[in-house]
Amino acid sequence: MKKVTYRNQISRVFGFSLVVFLLFSGTVFGQDEAAGGDPVKGKALFNQNCAACHALNRKMTGPALANVESRLSEDEGLDREWIYAWVKNSSGVIKSGDAYANKVFGEYNQALMTPFPTLSNTDIDDILAYTAAPPPAPVVAETAVAEEVSGASSGISNELILGALVIIFGLLVMMLVLVQRTLKRIAVANGLDLEREKAEKGLPLWKAFAQNQFLVLVTVVLLLLSGAYFAYGWLMQVGIDQGYMPIQEIHYSHKIHAGDNKIDCKYCHSSARTSKHSGIPSLNVCMNCHKSIYEYKGNAEGPSKEDLANGYTNEFYTGEIKKLYKAVGWDEENQSYTGESKPVEWVRIHNLPDLVYFNHSQHVSVAGIECQTCHGPVEEMEIMYQYAPLTMGWCINCHRETNVKVEDNEYYAKIHEELSKKYGVEELTAAQMGGLECGKCHY
Amino acid sequence: MASNKKYWKSEAELNPNDSIVEALRQNEFVEEIPVDEFLGDKENLSSTSTNRRDFLKYVGFSTAAASLAACEGPVKKSIPYVVQPERIIPGVANYYATTIANGFDFASILVKTREGRPIKIENNTDAKVNGGANARVQGSVLSLYDSTRLQGPMKDGEPIEWDSLDADVKAKLNALKGTGKQIALLTQTYASPSTSKLIAEFSEMYGAVNHVVYDAISEDAALSAFEARYGERALADYDFGKADVIVSFGADFLGDWQGGGYGSGYSKGRVPKDGKMSKHVQFEANMSLTGANADKRVPLTPMQQKVALAKLYAKLNGSSVGGEIPEYAQQAIDGVVAEIEKNKGAAVVVTGLQDVNAQAVVLAINESLGSKAFDAKAPKYVRQGSVESLDALVADMKAGRVGALIMDGVNPMYTLPNAADFAEGLSKVDLSVTFTANWNETCESVPYAAAANHYLESWGDTQIKKGHYGLIQPTIKELFDTRQFQSALLAWMDSDKGYYDYIKETWNTEVLSGGDWNQALHDGVYVPVADTIDDSGETDVSVVDVSSAVNSLSKSVSGGGLELTLYSKVGMGDGQQAGNPWLQEFPDPISRVSWDNYVTVSKADAANLGLINEHAANGGLDGSYAKLTVNGVTLDGVPVLIQPGQAPGSIGLSFGYGRTVGMKEEMKTGVNAYPLYQGFNNVQSVTLEKSAGMHEFACIQLHNTLMGRGDIIKETTLEIFNTKDHAEWNEVPMVSLNHQEVEATSVDLWDSFDRSIGHHFNLSIDLNACTGCGACVVACSAENNVPVVGKEEVRRSRDMHWLRIDRYYSSEDTFEADNTKKEEFDGLSGEKGSLGGFGELEGPAANPQVAFQPVMCQHCNHAPCETVCPVAATSHGRQGQNQMAYNRCVGTRYCANNCPYKVRRFNWFLYNNNDEFDFHMNNDLGKMVINPDVTVRSRGVIEKCSMCIQKTQKTILDAKRDGRVIKDGEFQTACSMACDNGAMVFGDVNDKESKVAELKQSDRMYHLLEHIGTKPNVFYHVKVRNNNEA
Repeated sequence: MKKVTYRNQISRVFGFSLVVFLLFSGTVFGQDEAAGGDPVKGKALFNQNCAACHALNRKMTGPALANVESRLSEDEGLDREWIYAWVKNSSGVIKSGDAYANKVFGEYNQALMTPFPTLSNTDIDDILAYTAAPPPAPVVAETAVAEEVSGASSGISNELILGALVIIFGLLVMMLVLVQRTLKRIAVANGLDLEREKAEKGLPLWKAFAQNQFLVLVTVVLLLLSGAYFAYGWLMQVGIDQGYMPIQEIHYSHKIHAGDNKIDCKYCHSSARTSKHSGIPSLNVCMNCHKSIYEYKGNAEGPSKEDLANGYTNEFYTGEIKKLYKAVGWDEENQSYTGESKPVEWVRIHNLPDLVYFNHSQHVSVAGIECQTCHGPVEEMEIMYQYAPLTMGWCINCHRETNVKVEDNEYYAKIHEELSKKYGVEELTAAQMGGLECGKCHY
Repeated sequence: MASNKKYWKSEAELNPNDSIVEALRQNEFVEEIPVDEFLGDKENLSSTSTNRRDFLKYVGFSTAAASLAACEGPVKKSIPYVVQPERIIPGVANYYATTIANGFDFASILVKTREGRPIKIENNTDAKVNGGANARVQGSVLSLYDSTRLQGPMKDGEPIEWDSLDADVKAKLNALKGTGKQIALLTQTYASPSTSKLIAEFSEMYGAVNHVVYDAISEDAALSAFEARYGERALADYDFGKADVIVSFGADFLGDWQGGGYGSGYSKGRVPKDGKMSKHVQFEANMSLTGANADKRVPLTPMQQKVALAKLYAKLNGSSVGGEIPEYAQQAIDGVVAEIEKNKGAAVVVTGLQDVNAQAVVLAINESLGSKAFDAKAPKYVRQGSVESLDALVADMKAGRVGALIMDGVNPMYTLPNAADFAEGLSKVDLSVTFTANWNETCESVPYAAAANHYLESWGDTQIKKGHYGLIQPTIKELFDTRQFQSALLAWMDSDKGYYDYIKETWNTEVLSGGDWNQALHDGVYVPVADTIDDSGETDVSVVDVSSAVNSLSKSVSGGGLELTLYSKVGMGDGQQAGNPWLQEFPDPISRVSWDNYVTVSKADAANLGLINEHAANGGLDGSYAKLTVNGVTLDGVPVLIQPGQAPGSIGLSFGYGRTVGMKEEMKTGVNAYPLYQGFNNVQSVTLEKSAGMHEFACIQLHNTLMGRGDIIKETTLEIFNTKDHAEWNEVPMVSLNHQEVEATSVDLWDSFDRSIGHHFNLSIDLNACTGCGACVVACSAENNVPVVGKEEVRRSRDMHWLRIDRYYSSEDTFEADNTKKEEFDGLSGEKGSLGGFGELEGPAANPQVAFQPVMCQHCNHAPCETVCPVAATSHGRQGQNQMAYNRCVGTRYCANNCPYKVRRFNWFLYNNNDEFDFHMNNDLGKMVINPDVTVRSRGVIEKCSMCIQKTQKTILDAKRDGRVIKDGEFQTACSMACDNGAMVFGDVNDKESKVAELKQSDRMYHLLEHIGTKPNVFYHVKVRNNNEA
């Protein structure tokens, strides 16, 4: 896993510098200076403000915007002023009875475009410059090469070292064999009788061992004990599913969402804040983003060898997004819901037995514990698995070690003061607060 | 005495030559062992390749495979919503205010839903009237998940579509226009403004519509008397909290009298405050819940009650009437009059006699007293049935004058005394439709059974009391293809409006008068601002000639035989929820019998008739069977229960049982009393004969008296309470320490744990406010997933209720006398010998005092159960709760044996997913009522009251999350929430400002079995009886 992150960082640096270089060259070599506007700034502004509803070459909540200015002026005879007015206050334009405005409004399910009064004309110019000539996407072949190089460099180093070590060990073994032969030859040459020495050794070791009853007894006892130890260990892990990593209906990558894109856990698992369940997000939550994110292109430089080996290509991920669309009943063509939905049947990974009551909000909202404390490095998990053993001992341990977060909580004020005085401590652990009582979790 | 006896095996041995003797001598078994059947076929046996060793291998292998497979956890799926409703957060409960109005029970309630499933009913504290849910209302949520519910409309027993039902009905209704035949609507009481308006519109559209309201258990006499006097068909409302003197002639107002809902007001006046509490005198035949709570209970047969009522009226008016009543009753009347004279305005008289004269007299008395507790200006509408129009309808049906009969919320084929007439009439009706949630007796005689919604799936509105409106809102989408009656009416009127829109429209135009619809829906109740209520001075009071009514009352004489009083039970009511396992298992507060109804007979009458009650070898109660005959209608096989306090010469029998159609086998309990309900009169002259056989009761409490142990239920009289120090009437038990008598509370075997930090929960139970109504018992079952075990298991004393309400009878006339008798025992035998004396104390008196005591786990700080558990499955929490870790319990039951309060329950069987217990936990539908926050226990573990730790923990967590201090009243248990009588108060005693802390300081506070030093966290308040004689 570490290696992967490493690769990503490198590739990101590579990709970014490449993009900067290309953009820079783009501006340097100039394309549409006359229209004014900086496509680099424009891109940033576009991603920030427009990308939720617009794509360049694709109809989304709003129309595709590639070359929107030329299209408007050619097809509709609308100038840049119209665009300024529209962006800053589209509903005003519609109300003014503008023909094209009303047409677009009708075409896109009468969804009003968010007004952007904060965008200055220059900003809009920048955006238009970007839509007129978007900086060319980084050339895939080039980056692929670059990636290969970077991948190779890190791979080679390890493999080389390993190979060298193997060769060295081989040489050593060969040398030893050669030395022994030489010695033998010398011995023979000196007339020493090797055979006789052998005969003098007497009983074979195992026979001697078998004849020593004490040793046999000790060994048997040790064997039994270690057997019991392992049997106990095996029995104790029955029903503990640490590392449980089931295959899900949709390949959902926490690594991409929580790791690469840094989406807060509680954005999707929102009920963890208020409820005992963390909740599996309903599909409409997915669609908040995936209405506009219809394909995966996270790896600008293309998937790594490792991902490729697992089949995690961009197309693969895009296919998973399509699965989501199918489940939620989203018609990409018309950008509308068909109403034919089929809930996704996720395989539940963290299964606490019914006899224990666990409340997420207690831990997340009240105690302020990071999700990762129990769920592990989710942001690095391509496939989600059970990180913690979820045994009672594990719970209890944490309750013994963790201090209760009492700051700014009126509820704890009195009890904390009295209890800390009683126990003579500054900070109280959950256990001291009563967190080890059976009835706190079993009822 | 060396044995030279000869033991004879049989008569045949007398003849030494008998062949049988020889055969028996040779053979160990009389019959040939059927070895041949399984080993005889030699050929088959030898041809099989499986030998014994193989068999063992297979067994071993399959066992190993099974256990290995068990190591692998099952794959669990989690299926989130596609679009999650905004207000539903999995794991967080939502509450909705609604109203139950099923024709028998009317109450404003809150419904707790989890993930969209209603799971519990709670009281709506915003409601000013009928805001308390009784046991049936608490249990009604389970009826929603009844697996025997109709899942769609039926025609002649075959499923059909609503469309075709609509088409058939509409065609028929249209065809009836102008034929002169009437369209009859036979419905329950709705007390609903919108439904009344809708039915009026329906009548307008189809013409000749005859709407007959029918209450299974009629209050026709009270309605008619009220109508005659005040010109409106309604019931007077009473607030017993305002009364100092309550006189009742057979009115079970703590039960279902005139729609019920009077418990909380009554209890308010029963708690002694400033040295005063109300005095309650009850004249009645059956031992009712109300009679059991009375300060003075006078057993009288119904006819004697009428005479007594007439005498009371006469005496209050300074005249006198004839008629014979026993001497003690006359004295009681004199006493009552003296009490009333002291403060006329604070007295109230009520009667449950189904006699217009009696009801009219009572209205006249209350009016002339100017009773504060009596309210005729804003009457209640919870009963509207008219016997007269029902009889007319049946006559019309029989005469073929009814073209269509549409029924809703009624089951006349079960509840009508003249069901045979009705059936005959039905056969002459062209179209008959019945709306019902379950397949019932009426469905069998009617072609169209329209599957109706449960009230938790319906829209609706109510006007329980004049000017007090309520809304019914659905808390779940229809589970099946069902429809409520009002929606069907709208559909048949070709309206495109839904009933929701219809109600909203009605409310906006007629009810709200500027109020906010959303607010009303949120609150569930709506009371228009005072000035909008039509309060135009005095209501018209028609002059009704009461003197003739009094005269005819005084001439009441018994018809010769026994006088039967039909009544409704707290658990079963009119029987519409007879398929509800919680209610079936709910023990009757008085008799403590579950899963049955029975005829109650006084001890004297039982002795005369040769009827017996006895305990079987396993401890269960058995009773004789009897045959009841009323006017030629015979009911055979009615079990007999000898009821202390039953007026001699009277017997009682409850409605609601004996349902057979559409019921699970286990629920077909008891006998149907409706055929005896002739002329809708709950008092009948009856002959009783003993029949053969003994009935097996499932009675939860087998010992009925306190045996003079006054420390279990401490009680005193108001006079002593007011005048003496509490050390005298609430004596702390003494124990011997170092040969010194010291107070038991001061002695401790253990070092005490410091409980001053954090929360420390206590539950206070006021024995004065507790009426024994049992709402808490059902609420507890619902909250804590308490399993239903069935009649057989209850009989074996394996009931699982975490909370029981013990009912005790006094053995002498009063508990006080019991105590004295025990104190005065002297020696073993003789006049005051304890041997015979204790035997006498076991039997209850003919008219005993009654006391109720809710008992649940007492959460002892020094719990005897905790110290004996070998696996530490039960332990004590710092917050005062005795905790039970089910998964740790191995089922030794030491704890149950060591518990002095007998509150621990053992799971003898797996009660869920087990078809042997075919109640609700074995099917997916019934399991929807399970509270997801509480573990469903498995076989072989002990369980008991947890003091609703899931609720206290939730309250704490909510406060932590909000970062605030918990206010008093936030901590609640299921029982304390269900108790609208205010008998149970729960809270944190470390919060010195809390109500429970205050109650703990009260002079009346005591702990159960204080002398054993368990230091419980549940405490009781001494019961005070108002025995003052004027």
